[in-house]
Amino acid sequence: MNNPVQNHKQAETDLAKMEQVIGQIMRIGVGLAILAMLIGMGLLLFKPTQAQATFPTQLTLIWHGLWQWQPMAWMMLGLFILIMTPVLRVIVSIIAFAKIHDHLYTIITTVVLIILFVAIAYGYYSK
Amino acid sequence: MLTQTVIMLVTGVLAGALGSILGLGGGIIVTPVLTVFMGLDIKYAVGASIIAVIATSSGSAIAFLKDDVLNLRVAMFLEIFTTLGALLGAIMAGFFHATVLYFLFGALLIFQAWNMWKKLHQTKADTMVQTPDPLATRLELNGQYYDKQAQKTVPYYLEHVPGGAAVMFGAGIASGLLGIGSGAFKVMAMDGVMKMPLKVSSATSNLMMGVTAAASATVYFFNGTIKPTIAVPMALGIVVGSTIGSHVMQYLPAKMIRKIFIPVVLLMALQLIYKGMVVFN
Repeated sequence: MNNPVQNHKQAETDLAKMEQVIGQIMRIGVGLAILAMLIGMGLLLFKPTQAQATFPTQLTLIWHGLWQWQPMAWMMLGLFILIMTPVLRVIVSIIAFAKIHDHLYTIITTVVLIILFVAIAYGYYSK
Repeated sequence: MLTQTVIMLVTGVLAGALGSILGLGGGIIVTPVLTVFMGLDIKYAVGASIIAVIATSSGSAIAFLKDDVLNLRVAMFLEIFTTLGALLGAIMAGFFHATVLYFLFGALLIFQAWNMWKKLHQTKADTMVQTPDPLATRLELNGQYYDKQAQKTVPYYLEHVPGGAAVMFGAGIASGLLGIGSGAFKVMAMDGVMKMPLKVSSATSNLMMGVTAAASATVYFFNGTIKPTIAVPMALGIVVGSTIGSHVMQYLPAKMIRKIFIPVVLLMALQLIYKGMVVFN
């Protein structure tokens, strides 16, 4: 186990396994987004006039719309989940690198997440 | 209404397939279809194309992660520079008009197309770095992938890490300032500067695009620039297209991917220069 080459190979297999897990989590995220979008499109078939309605852009309005089966609210929920999938991927990657004790990349990935949050906050408050 | 939905679905499938094969955002197909053919307000076209980028990225990442084609460490390391660049670009956008940059980035893309054309006509198809670069080794950026077309495991070494990081920073600024999908610049940094194999570069670019786009997408989402009746059918189409594209890409010869890349990049360059001229006048 003290052989550096062997340790390196072990780390590579661990990372490959982690990539599989991250892929699975991405699949769930994208799957949920598609599900919400399909429900929204399906509801729109029953209420076609809703296509001209204004769509909710605030999370609280979307949340209320979901319970009233508003097609636009379900479609916006799907889009929101989709937008969040890359953020989810970064968060899961931090956990993955921490699990295989790759400290350098745990730090690098955390830095990316912080910059991403700053960018989101900047965009949100300066719109 | 129904025709519009069908057009968006089909456009999405095409954009997703092409985008996932080349490592681009698919905005090159989505934006002209929406503005020129459907006469949609440019505002909503911008919102839809940012959704296109994320859908292509997340849709293709599933297969690229599962098949271990992309390089997660390279993606995470370079994302520091793209996200910083994108943030800086967004801040700069509030202060000055970026006319000159349209021409600069347009010229850069023409340069990239020329570089790729040169590579295509080299006798050795893809010359690879044989001796490990110390910085790339310290950052654990070297790797390997299984090429389904050549049916063998291809190990690779990266070089010119600072140069690649600098191009990534520029790619980030371009996406933050001009709102263009910076996938072409990302592939340029990895394939052209850092000498990573084309398929790994394309797959890694796909993964990275989503993160760069997520920040601007949240802004567009909350200010109503993303219209669900347009973005949703397109996103559904893209997820289908990018799932197909991310599998097909692995079976294509790298040379063929390069051949598709060149005219697409040239078209992007012309789009940028045209945009610059519209703004300039």
